[in-house]
Amino acid sequence: MSEKTATRHAYGEALADIGSDPKIIVLDADVSSCTMSCIFAKKYPQRFHNMGIAEANMTGTAAGLASAGFLPFVHTFAMFLAGRAYEQIRNSIAYPNLNVKLVGTHAGLSVGEDGATHQCLEDLALMRVIPNMCVISPADGNETKHAVRAIADHKGPVYLRLGRLSVETVTDIPGYSFEIGKSVRLRSGSDATIIATGLMVPEAVKAADRLKQHGLHVQVLDMHTIKPLDTQAVLRAAQETPLIVTAEEHNILGGLGSAVCEVLSQNSPAKVVCAGTNDTFGHSGNAPALLEEYGLTADALCARILSELEP
Amino acid sequence: MNKKKKKELEKKAVQLRITGLKMVQTAQSGHIGGAFSLSEILSVLYFDKMNVDPKHPHAPDRDRLVLSKGHATVALYPALACRGFFPLSDLDSFRNINGHMSGHAEIHVPGVDISTGSLGQGLSCAVGLALAEKHSKLGYHTYAILGDGEIQEGQIWEACMFAAAQRLDNLTAILDSNKVQLDGSIKEILDTGDLAGKFESFGFHVQSIDGHDVEAISNALDLAESVKDKPSMIIANTIKGKGVSFMEGKSEWHGKTPNEAEFKLAFQELEEAYHKLEE
Repeated sequence: MSEKTATRHAYGEALADIGSDPKIIVLDADVSSCTMSCIFAKKYPQRFHNMGIAEANMTGTAAGLASAGFLPFVHTFAMFLAGRAYEQIRNSIAYPNLNVKLVGTHAGLSVGEDGATHQCLEDLALMRVIPNMCVISPADGNETKHAVRAIADHKGPVYLRLGRLSVETVTDIPGYSFEIGKSVRLRSGSDATIIATGLMVPEAVKAADRLKQHGLHVQVLDMHTIKPLDTQAVLRAAQETPLIVTAEEHNILGGLGSAVCEVLSQNSPAKVVCAGTNDTFGHSGNAPALLEEYGLTADALCARILSELEP
Repeated sequence: MNKKKKKELEKKAVQLRITGLKMVQTAQSGHIGGAFSLSEILSVLYFDKMNVDPKHPHAPDRDRLVLSKGHATVALYPALACRGFFPLSDLDSFRNINGHMSGHAEIHVPGVDISTGSLGQGLSCAVGLALAEKHSKLGYHTYAILGDGEIQEGQIWEACMFAAAQRLDNLTAILDSNKVQLDGSIKEILDTGDLAGKFESFGFHVQSIDGHDVEAISNALDLAESVKDKPSMIIANTIKGKGVSFMEGKSEWHGKTPNEAEFKLAFQELEEAYHKLEE
């Protein structure tokens, strides 16, 4: 494990890096210094529009821009993009399959002190049920940078989920490559598989490393794409290991856990343990304490795996 | 506008109503009231003002039209068909499970620029198209047609604020002010008050006109296009169900399908109006 970065910071730099493309137009709803679209704004002020606190109009404007051939990147907190502008995203962007990139930051509990109104635990579910929508949730800063280039090249609507909290980089490994819909195996093992997304990926890696002390070899899949899901990797994991654990900073209803269960129940029924929030809101607190409270840490993952595997 | 052109556009408006009514008769479904209030407006736009070429429906420099009140396909599809974007016979599949003529405006229908139907969203898309033109400098104009019930949606006012702040003078919005929404009169349901005052205070250049007078529509569109540094709003005072006496001004004709006798009567009135214009 190396440096710590928030995915939103890595994102802001990556967006500015590809910003010379004159088709890119960046929209933000008064939170550019939080979503980090401000880096692009500083470099390319002519192609940045601050839309004010008006998310519905921002999403619709993006649809118009895309239909005229531009490549809009739309930013605000996950709650106010996937949540507030849900129907605009569905009807104005996804149904006509317009090439709009939706970037929701400050997702999950780890937004911390701002509390439940800002802790979006439903965005993966909301976005993944929309036809045409591609849903990406990168693990760390390195993966985010790769994801930005990939979504810019992808034709069609994409939802990119980013976090506020700095997380350890776990994907800077030899031979790493990012492909939409292809998970990355970060640890190998035959006793269990943790399929994780977002900031739960570094936690899953830590958990796998700790479980070696217990003589357990746990595979870790970084599932950066929630949709289209890497179903082959999920099915392979169910064949190779007797236990699947999903880990997400999101409600287990409708998110990664549900997506994995849908694939397995229809093809190769297997025992799945879903780590995430369970049909509940969050509350204010500092991010690490909240993640601990809701069982979203390496230690909590270890405990769940041990209780499943030890007789 | 010379007399010949005026008569031609008036006839076209009636032809759009007749064609729309046939669509609804075949489909046994569709929104007549808020389509008939738009006939003159679409006649002037598609047969006089807009720079569109049915042979090149995706030309990057074409003028754009966003039917934000996306249920008024009973007006829009006849206009597109009569303008040559697709054969009139395609209208027979309107709202049909085997056809591509969807109930609300969708971009897979040739000539439709933006998919609409969920009220309140189209003006934002039009704003995006106008903003795109400010970047691309392709010289096109964007028109948005709003319902007067639709402006009860908050997103409309977000879009107005942004359009004015960005000085989108390449955007003309037309409010089909027919005073009636699905459940009743706008005054009764949710009074939208002083429309001109509202849009003016949101930074628009505002004109109020008779929305069934093709000459007034044409002049207003010209003036709107000449205004600099401001988006334009044309409040078109119209009559819901215009052209069919028993439908005029009645909320029940928002989405109701006429019975056989009513169809007969409606066709009769519209055809009489058409023949009168031919004299």
